[in-house]
Amino acid sequence: MRRYFGRKVLIYLLTFFVAVTIDWLIPRFMPGDPVLSMLGRVGTAHPDTVNAMREYFTRVFGLDVPIWQQYLNFWASLLRGDLGVSVYRFPREVADVIMTAVPYDIALLVPSILLSWIAGNKFGAYAARRKWLDNTILPLGYTLTATPYMWLAILLAWGLGIKLDLFPIAGAYAFDMAPHWSWRFISSVLHHWILPFASLFLVNFGGWAIGMRNVIIYELEADYSHYLEALGAPQQLVRKYAYRNALLPQLTGLALQLGVIVAGALVTEVVFSYPGIGFQLLAAVQNQDYFLLQGCFLFIIVGVLLANFIIDIVYVIVDPRTRRGMTGEMA
Amino acid sequence: MSLHVENLKVYYQTLRGDVRALDGATFDIADGEIMGLAGESGCGKTTLAHSLIRLTPPLKFIEGKVELDGEELPLADMEKMDDFRFRKISIVPQYAMNALNPTRKIRKMTAELLASKGASMKAIETELQRRLDLVGLNPEVLDMYPIELSGGMKQRMVMVLSTLLDPSLLMADEITSALDVSTQKAVAEMLVEFRDRNFVKSMMIITHDISILYQVADTIMIMYAGQLAEKASRETVIDSPRHPYTKMLISSLPQVGVQVNVTRLAGIPGTPPQLLEPPQGCRFRARCPLAFEKCLQVPPFVEVEPGHMVACWKEPGKHA
Amino acid sequence: MMEKKSKKRNEFFYFAFKNNKLRIGLLIVLFFLVMAIIGPSFTENDPLSFIHRGVPLKPFESEDFIFGTTVFGQDVYSQFVYGLRATFVVGAIGGGLATLIGVIVGFIGGYMGGKTDEGLNMGTNIVLVIPTLAVLLIISAYLEVRGILLESVFIGCTAWPWTARAVRAQTFSLRSREFVDLAKMSGMKSLKIIFKEIAPNMMSYLLLVFILQFGGATLNAATLDFIGLGPTQGISLGLMMNHAVAHSALLLDIWWWFIPPGLAITAIVGALYVTNVGLDEVFNPKLREM
Repeated sequence: MRRYFGRKVLIYLLTFFVAVTIDWLIPRFMPGDPVLSMLGRVGTAHPDTVNAMREYFTRVFGLDVPIWQQYLNFWASLLRGDLGVSVYRFPREVADVIMTAVPYDIALLVPSILLSWIAGNKFGAYAARRKWLDNTILPLGYTLTATPYMWLAILLAWGLGIKLDLFPIAGAYAFDMAPHWSWRFISSVLHHWILPFASLFLVNFGGWAIGMRNVIIYELEADYSHYLEALGAPQQLVRKYAYRNALLPQLTGLALQLGVIVAGALVTEVVFSYPGIGFQLLAAVQNQDYFLLQGCFLFIIVGVLLANFIIDIVYVIVDPRTRRGMTGEMA
Repeated sequence: MSLHVENLKVYYQTLRGDVRALDGATFDIADGEIMGLAGESGCGKTTLAHSLIRLTPPLKFIEGKVELDGEELPLADMEKMDDFRFRKISIVPQYAMNALNPTRKIRKMTAELLASKGASMKAIETELQRRLDLVGLNPEVLDMYPIELSGGMKQRMVMVLSTLLDPSLLMADEITSALDVSTQKAVAEMLVEFRDRNFVKSMMIITHDISILYQVADTIMIMYAGQLAEKASRETVIDSPRHPYTKMLISSLPQVGVQVNVTRLAGIPGTPPQLLEPPQGCRFRARCPLAFEKCLQVPPFVEVEPGHMVACWKEPGKHA
Repeated sequence: MMEKKSKKRNEFFYFAFKNNKLRIGLLIVLFFLVMAIIGPSFTENDPLSFIHRGVPLKPFESEDFIFGTTVFGQDVYSQFVYGLRATFVVGAIGGGLATLIGVIVGFIGGYMGGKTDEGLNMGTNIVLVIPTLAVLLIISAYLEVRGILLESVFIGCTAWPWTARAVRAQTFSLRSREFVDLAKMSGMKSLKIIFKEIAPNMMSYLLLVFILQFGGATLNAATLDFIGLGPTQGISLGLMMNHAVAHSALLLDIWWWFIPPGLAITAIVGALYVTNVGLDEVFNPKLREM
């Protein structure tokens, strides 16, 4: 087991290293001079201002020191938690902007991932029971999983939000409120949360249902299932074993899907103007706020790595074979 | 106990039609009898075993009656058969090495299986330990996962498990095929031990390896192309078979000490017929040196002397 | 030998035609493909030109704009069919590239084993864990001009890991099959073994992989376009939705601007998935329904 975790941690550290390096590299190797483009955005022509700004930006970008030192400085500030200052949200620090946005992402992602995974697996297992169930759940599942996240978000926003006027479609809470503890505020938050949550939930649900249905059919035809049936065990027991065994590859699948799910959350936030990292990311892109952009990028990477690690731990708990030193599918 | 099978027909459904894999089997197994069921690949012996215990698509029940201890087995009804499975009729399958749920400790799986059949693990536990000991398994295996056991250990575990409720009839499907010769002998002898200690009343050992049957079986039944050819005591089958197929089969077995420059190994020319549209009458007709016009009709499986059944128009005299 | 091959192919087509999922799936994909190819020839309107003045037209309100117009007076039909083209191009190139990379990496690792495999596997795992959208965002954001080819290449270069893993597993299992051992024993050279013995078995699997990659690339591209990091010129289905949302189509109830593009993507990707399942059934007799 130590070997299993050792390998995993190594991969995550390497990945983090690669990601940070990419993050540092890209602005420096993209066509064009980042200082010049920053200057262009400032939009003055007065030579004194321009010079002062050029100096400032050169310092801020760290371009006045040799390249290897720039790289090390980057790491140094990263480990200090200093992600720079946001340009379009000046003078707020990037780290600060990100931290305010994170709770909203967690509020969206954690429930939707957990619930869609659990519910999707249950429904996928049902589909394997009867032909008519299979014929309904399967097309539904495929449709849902083929739906682009933002389109479903758009549909829900337009249909339930605007046409039926059941839910609000922008922001995390009503615009006339400031965050405080009261039922009014909490219900407003929930009200604003439901559509983006539902959107994420539905698309992911489809994927899990399909996945589980395919895996469980395979498990139901496994030798151990046939043996139980030959010994006259009730279908309930056979299905229970098949289901539990099918959950393992589904767990692995969850880890693999994290990148996609996060991307889905990003676009959903854009549609609903929900102030999570995705929303900030888009704003950063539109305002060419490179510090914020890079900060969000790093944060997303770290988040995904952490989530992967958590899933790895859960997997070890759930699959007895990994504990006994036999590597399962994950390693 | 006794098993009485009457005109059992089970076909395989395929897109091209029904493959007549088991076409009219009639035979008996007496109380305490260990019957070996032998024949080439595709002769229907596994079909027979599966028909008796788990008749699922693509197998299709056509007709026939099977009685175990006087009770008729509802072969075609998957649910009703559950009452008989494990308690009255059981199987050690060919895939025994993969038959245990890989993510469950053996003890827990056994307990859950027993509970689902209305039996109690507590009540059986001491007996279970005794039997594990008998087959040479350390009682600690119960607390292991199947992956921690060797192939042979898993197979023995399955043998113990399948016979835990003392079934009347146990079927052992090709359980020696994947083993080396000395382990084969040990496993075969274990089976006999099970019968001698009354863990099971009667047994059907399915194999293509007649030499094993010679060691442990009381009687041997030979099948060919979905039909029964011959059934007799093991000595009779080996030393004085009457069905042409059996004769050629026995004589084609290599014997220790015989050298090829003295006696060449005789085979049986030709190949078994395909069973999608089987030939009319006796299916061995095309390869049989004794075939004549009457063979266009299916010969009945009749007793030519006490305890000796043959399906051939040449045996005995009264049918010719 | 030749008879056996043609018999096998006939059997394949027999099952292929009978399989409902395959038929429906392919039909839908072909429908949109045809639309993408000949659709633009039914209109002279440039998808991005502001043609119509006044209140946006609903679908079928005017003969010249059967899908209606956008808030700026652009022809929605024109945007739609040109956007479809972009979708298929990205799907094919991006999906194809991802399949190619995944197959090469997975196959080399699986066949060579040892240190090569360890290294490639670690690389695969790293790329696998990194959320691709984040990387694509970073890269795209810094490029002033982006074309559709570039987008396809990006997607292709980030979507291959799962394919590499799967192909590696397949290669492992095929490598140790008896017929490969036989070929080795009879003295066949490695390369020949790869092409004559292993590749044919993988062909069907690769087709399935490509279909899934095509669908994935389509979704990926739509997402990128929607955020505004797709091609800087031209139109695509994702871009249509981007513009629609950015210009209050939801509030203005201009549903014909944002519903068709998303619907088309859902239909195409869904049909691809269903085709995939159908093909799997055709290739794998055990899955066929009686």
